[in-house]
Amino acid sequence: MGLPHKDEDGAERVRQTVDAVYRSDSRRVLATLIHLLGDFDWAEEALHDAFAAAVEQWPLNGVPANPRAWLVSTGRFKAIDGMRRRVRFNASMEELARRPDQETVEPLEWDEQSVEDDRLRLIFTCCHPALAADAQLALTLREVCGLTTEEIARAFLTTAPTIAKRIVRAKAKIRDARIPYEVPSRSDLPQRLERVLQVIYLVYTEGYAASSGESLTRPDLSGEAIRLGRLLVELLPEPEAQGLLALMLLQESRRGARTSSTGDLVLLDDQDRLLWNRDFINDGISLVERAMASRSAGPYALQAAIAAVHAGAPTAAVTDWATIVELYDVLQQASPSPVVELNRAVAVAMRDGPLAGLTLIEAILARGELEDYYLAHSARADLCRRLGQKTEARASYEKALALVRPETARRFLMKRLNELAREA
Amino acid sequence: MKYLCSIFFDEKNLDALSEGALQALTDESLAFDQTLRDRGHLLAAQALQPVSAATTVRIRNGKVSVTDGPFAETHEQIGGFLLIEAKDLNEAIQLASKIPSIRLGGIEVRPIKELTASNPNK
Repeated sequence: MGLPHKDEDGAERVRQTVDAVYRSDSRRVLATLIHLLGDFDWAEEALHDAFAAAVEQWPLNGVPANPRAWLVSTGRFKAIDGMRRRVRFNASMEELARRPDQETVEPLEWDEQSVEDDRLRLIFTCCHPALAADAQLALTLREVCGLTTEEIARAFLTTAPTIAKRIVRAKAKIRDARIPYEVPSRSDLPQRLERVLQVIYLVYTEGYAASSGESLTRPDLSGEAIRLGRLLVELLPEPEAQGLLALMLLQESRRGARTSSTGDLVLLDDQDRLLWNRDFINDGISLVERAMASRSAGPYALQAAIAAVHAGAPTAAVTDWATIVELYDVLQQASPSPVVELNRAVAVAMRDGPLAGLTLIEAILARGELEDYYLAHSARADLCRRLGQKTEARASYEKALALVRPETARRFLMKRLNELAREA
Repeated sequence: MKYLCSIFFDEKNLDALSEGALQALTDESLAFDQTLRDRGHLLAAQALQPVSAATTVRIRNGKVSVTDGPFAETHEQIGGFLLIEAKDLNEAIQLASKIPSIRLGGIEVRPIKELTASNPNK
């Protein structure tokens, strides 16, 4: 005898609930299971078992009041049970099985705060400086964001086995070198946070670059990075975390405007500002304000503040270049780099005219530091062009073209070169 | 958990120290060892003679081959080591970062692998 229709509908609803809980909470549950079991692989297996149990039991017994707590305690119970069974086969596993240190599996004390802390522990562990930089990225996307190995491989234009190997190696190092599952102490936090922010920003820029490249099938890494940024700000509202999220949101707000319908790059000055995403801009600006008010704003908050000035200008012509130059001055002090100097020179050109900017750029290029950086040559070319120095402009566009990688930027430089040729 | 902290540096950096500076570094190192020992972190610590005193032994075609010099010819060589006890890698890194001779080069922090005999009860 088949089930009555009503129950089949009910079963379907429960299945949808399981799916929804998986999407919203599987990473939280995983983070806590890693904490309880002390091992990434066991925790992943336990997560899988817990959801498998949910699919079986929830339709019969109903959805538990706190699905997350149910999943954690079920996963933990299954893992410990599994370990005990393995111990009977292999006595040397005994020590490992004792690691969770539970003679009996007593019910878990559910504590929301400690669960949120587990998510932060997971982020800091995945971005631990003792792991290789590419492994930090892969592990963060896999464990914190829940991307599959295949998705990560596509995002980084590599193969799934390559990514899998990185993840396996990183997990082995976490286990063998005993990288602790913890949020760094106050004294280590600034440095450790910097690495986490770098990883998130790398994910973002990889996605940003990809969106203008040839392969549109790559997963939305920028979106993942922004989600990670939001999570971090929620868990750890440090000014630089706010600054990074603001920076990503403000850059993301221009996504729709920075490529033309033919896929060509559109410079900030020429973008249709009506295409900018106002929600992202408003979120970004309020985060910048919070970060800057803290008086310990760092490089991300300052870059976001610069982006916010652009975002606040209804047209390119009314951009407050004086404020932008000032912010670049502070940024250059906080985190000196030739690239910041270059951007400052471009802002000075906008404030004081192309000649002032060109003088600064030539000084940077003369030091040889940005010789291989195509944007330095294309910025020089642009200022020469505006000063009517066509031969100089052509030489610099050609240098930039020889160095450039993304296809859209290539096309932009070609277009400028052709324009010069037509004018000549 | 035990970690081996191998101190790597270019011997030129050591040779470049004045007699006074070398003695100061030695005193500082011995004092640091004592601090670690007092806190229960130190299992063993030794400085090593220069690599010019090193001999490398291998088995080649079933025969013992002995050559002059270190195992690997690199700029930086192991100048000393500390075997420490730390609760995890973060603590090990924190302790390693305080080893005075880190200033001459760098420290490799590596977990110890405990070996178990096939028949531990006999």
